[in-house]
Amino acid sequence: MAATPMVKAEAVHKSFGRLEVLRGIDLDVQPKEVMCVIGPSGSGKSTFLRCINHLEKIDAGRLSVDGELVGYSERGDRLYELPDREVCKKRSEIGMVFQRFNLFPHMTALENVIEAPTRVKGENRDKAVARALKLLDRVGLGDKVRAYPNQLSGGQQQRVAIARALAMQPKLMLFDEPTSALDPELVGEVLDVMRGLANDGMTMIVVTHEMGFAREVGDSLVFMDAGFIVEKGTPRDVLANPREERTKAFLSKVL
Amino acid sequence: MSATSAPRPEAIRAIPVRHPWRWVAAIVILLIAAGAIYIVATAPDLRWAVVQHFLFQDRIRLGAVATIVLTVIAMVIGVTLGIVLAVMRLSPNPVMSTVSWFYLWFFRGTPVLVQLFFWWNLPLILPTVGAFGHQVNTVDYINPFIASILGLGLNEAAYMAEIVRAGIISVDQGQTEAAMALGMRRTQILQRIVLPQAMKVIIPPTGNETISMLKTSSLAFITTFGELFRVQTEISSFNFRIVELLIVISAWYLFFTSILTVGQYYIERYFARGGQRELPMTPWQRFRRMLFTFHAPPPGPVAPVTMPRAH
Repeated sequence: MAATPMVKAEAVHKSFGRLEVLRGIDLDVQPKEVMCVIGPSGSGKSTFLRCINHLEKIDAGRLSVDGELVGYSERGDRLYELPDREVCKKRSEIGMVFQRFNLFPHMTALENVIEAPTRVKGENRDKAVARALKLLDRVGLGDKVRAYPNQLSGGQQQRVAIARALAMQPKLMLFDEPTSALDPELVGEVLDVMRGLANDGMTMIVVTHEMGFAREVGDSLVFMDAGFIVEKGTPRDVLANPREERTKAFLSKVL
Repeated sequence: MSATSAPRPEAIRAIPVRHPWRWVAAIVILLIAAGAIYIVATAPDLRWAVVQHFLFQDRIRLGAVATIVLTVIAMVIGVTLGIVLAVMRLSPNPVMSTVSWFYLWFFRGTPVLVQLFFWWNLPLILPTVGAFGHQVNTVDYINPFIASILGLGLNEAAYMAEIVRAGIISVDQGQTEAAMALGMRRTQILQRIVLPQAMKVIIPPTGNETISMLKTSSLAFITTFGELFRVQTEISSFNFRIVELLIVISAWYLFFTSILTVGQYYIERYFARGGQRELPMTPWQRFRRMLFTFHAPPPGPVAPVTMPRAH
């Protein structure tokens, strides 16, 4: 019997109004696995990621993280919505990195990183600062701790955003196209940080267009289209020998 | 060969574009303004001695203090209650947002002069008020000052609520999402992430509201509260020097407005940190730049005024 999957999705459905964005997603992500998700825009990959930390509510199916349902508790055969407090606590155990960084512009890099540990976990400020400095050093920004986000390049901002998420010591990291808003020469520095995280055994789900990263770092690769998972396998297999026509068509455009 | 070996060409020193019509316009306007001032200043029945006598007279000074106190307290009530109303309005709780909507509908829908007079006359219809067997006489509590701050403050809250709401909406949705993803609670997100960023949008119209309140406070004369305008009517009903006293209180209003205008610049600069690379100029820097660039921008590559960096 395998260990509890970090993320388990069963027939997950999600609609925005009449638009069905997810039409039955079945997926397991094991602890320490790095799963890359690729697919054309509008295929539902970002929405799926946002469902995992309950930024979006799913309409049907079951979605659980580390063995516990996302956003609900189950007693008997009934689902109860979790109160805000519980949802926040679960979110705090999952890190998320956004395409557009979303750093807090009125705070320095250091303040961005210590905000959640001190406010959400009630951590001692000195301890939080000490760990934040280590994290910023680890992402290569030890000399930028006092800089405001608009004084940093896109790549530097995204690395601060990764440090900010790591400061909560998450058991799972979600990356939503972390390099898509970056100038080409800045992509590498962010991918390097992510590669380091993967090597340290972090469980990661990475929505990306970086096929090179997926091939090299990913343990598994999922191709999504129109709300379905079209194909799943090891990155080498999917990228080199796609079985489905849809995957072949997509890869022929991006590779 | 290499990019660094080529000598740097001499900095450009061009003859700037001249603006002769600016001078013509300035002279014409100065002449018109001087003429208007001359006519008013030499009006045959205007007693400048009276203006001079009353400008710093004790009752006027008390009235000026009363005006400032009233403005400050009414704005504090307005801003505080305005933030509460804006948050209620944006709350997912339908009870909250409806209550806020009705508050705005009522207090924006009736004239502030009517509201002031209403609070002042409240004891007429409600001599006592209380609950759980404990009653108090309203007339003991509704004095001119209380009626004035209630009338002005509660009315202002309705307008401030809309300003604060606009500020909150202006903050990028991604900020809230990032904070949610970190596990922050709704109130924490508002307090720590959204409101500080909304300030940039909230401050300028709030400065405007404060300046507006300074003058709207004159309506409190209806409650017999002794602010500047009330003092003016009381003095001039004895000596009939109405216009002279209007000049006196106008001088005070202008003085306070000028102070508030300068203060607003500095508050805006404070909240611009992290938002803009270059801070907005102080009034003094603006004035200096205008002097230097009125006729033509200064020649050469040197910027006219060096601005301090945000830190």
